[in-house]
Amino acid sequence: MRDAFARTLYQIAKKNPKVFIVVADISPAAGMAQFRKEFPDRFINVGVAEQSMIGMCAGLAMRGCTVFAYTIATFAIYRPFEQIRDDLCYQNIPVTVVGVGGGVAYSTLGGTHHAQEDVAVMSALPNMSVVAPCDPLETESATWACSQLKGPSYLRLGKAGEPILTADVLEPFQFGKLRYLQKGKDICILSYGPIMKIAMEIAKKIEEIGQTASVVSVHTLKPLDKNGIASALKTHPKVIVIEEHSQEGGLAAKTKEIAWEEKADCLLMTFSLKDQFIHAYGSQQDLWKAHGLSCDDILKKMSIAKGGQNG
Amino acid sequence: MIDNVAKNRCIKYRKRILQLSQKLGALHVAPAFSCLEIVDALYYEVMQTDTFILSKGHGALAQYTVLESLGILKESELDNICQPSGRLGGHPDYGIPGIEASTGSLGHGLPIALGMALADKLFKADRTVYVLMSDAEMQEGSVWEAMLLAPALELNNLVVVVDLNDFQSLDRVSKVNPNFYPMTEKVLAFGWELAEADGHNSESIKQSVKKRGGKKPYLILARTVKGKGVSFMENNSIWNFRSPSKDEYELALKELDGVA
Repeated sequence: MRDAFARTLYQIAKKNPKVFIVVADISPAAGMAQFRKEFPDRFINVGVAEQSMIGMCAGLAMRGCTVFAYTIATFAIYRPFEQIRDDLCYQNIPVTVVGVGGGVAYSTLGGTHHAQEDVAVMSALPNMSVVAPCDPLETESATWACSQLKGPSYLRLGKAGEPILTADVLEPFQFGKLRYLQKGKDICILSYGPIMKIAMEIAKKIEEIGQTASVVSVHTLKPLDKNGIASALKTHPKVIVIEEHSQEGGLAAKTKEIAWEEKADCLLMTFSLKDQFIHAYGSQQDLWKAHGLSCDDILKKMSIAKGGQNG
Repeated sequence: MIDNVAKNRCIKYRKRILQLSQKLGALHVAPAFSCLEIVDALYYEVMQTDTFILSKGHGALAQYTVLESLGILKESELDNICQPSGRLGGHPDYGIPGIEASTGSLGHGLPIALGMALADKLFKADRTVYVLMSDAEMQEGSVWEAMLLAPALELNNLVVVVDLNDFQSLDRVSKVNPNFYPMTEKVLAFGWELAEADGHNSESIKQSVKKRGGKKPYLILARTVKGKGVSFMENNSIWNFRSPSKDEYELALKELDGVA
């Protein structure tokens, strides 16, 4: 995803001479080579100084530039939280804060590198948009979309090597709208980010038992497509949310809120990261599993796999 | 004699701030008095098409009264400060005429100024970005990030004026942080050009800006007195955020009129 981001940023910068990327000693290395070669003045490394990264981005954008801040997600938003709140959100300045390694992507590096509550924290800020693409193709669209916004945004990316999931999807990426990757009748799976891979595996299992599933990329978490979610709750008897984010304040919580407001009568189940710092290491999938987010665990709870509640 | 004219303006600002303070339970009076001559000198004697960021946002009344005197803010705007019918608050808000950044939390102005100065340099805009910080503000880590970064980015179109009054909200800065001063060596070691000025003397401030070599970012240590102009407010922490009583108000006006 970070290479898709870097490639897209290069395309945007070729068209717009006022596009900048400001990094805090972390760079989408390989993908940025072309950008740095052609636009050396517009790639700024502030060093290990995230507060200055965000403040400077605000200043550049206040001079009419289109600006991306970039570093590991936890460092991008937690260390300079007040700069994001005051300099970007309070002043409503169009800067995209790119967090690489959203969720538990840095699965061998421990809790300091896990952005597991980032969507909740960023969504709480007035004026902020929150976008979390599920694969490299959505990353391209999301990067373009963020570059067009009139206010601040948080672009939550995975890391590198995520599979392409949306190559055959007909529905286009539209900022602020749900995107149906596939349509079914019995179950609707709402998800976002790289864990969409699990959502798709589950959809396949559902199809194996003769039912059909919708799979929806909720790539824009703020402004959330509330009408879209209300409609998904209305048109499917069963809706499940799968997210690589704490159960506090993520898509699961937001969907429950909408279900209550809409008096939804579908069955709603949510699968999120635990509200815990877990000391687990391994692959990203190992960490999902440690949080109870393996395909098997979810299927069991959905009573689809053998050994489930009704299985 | 710019100095006498400036002096008279600054007496007027002080009286205006005291007048406004009478409508409110509390106001940052002393922090504004500390930097009035600096703000006035920058607007009247130094800046043309330049940018000014009041990074010590709690000095807002200094900027508001200067902007009022320049006709950029209307009298009625200041009359309604902190009122439901007004739009001026206790700290500067981006979007208000003459205000180029929202401040209020310390340590934000300088990094923002770096971004502006960088854009101005790259796009060859003929202007300088001026930032007014308080000395106490320099306890914020973000300031030192930016202090290190500005020379690295060769931002010779950036001027910081430090309102150096050795006070913070609760105490003297030098008491809270005995190693805070001297500031001179620290600033020079970070790669800035440095000057000093009498922060209550318009001519001194103007001359210190003029001396700028123009090769490095520039920082002026402007020595000031917190609460300057009203003797009982000077160097007294309680006036950081307080409005004078009716009697204190009358006493302060007399002193400013030179009849006390």
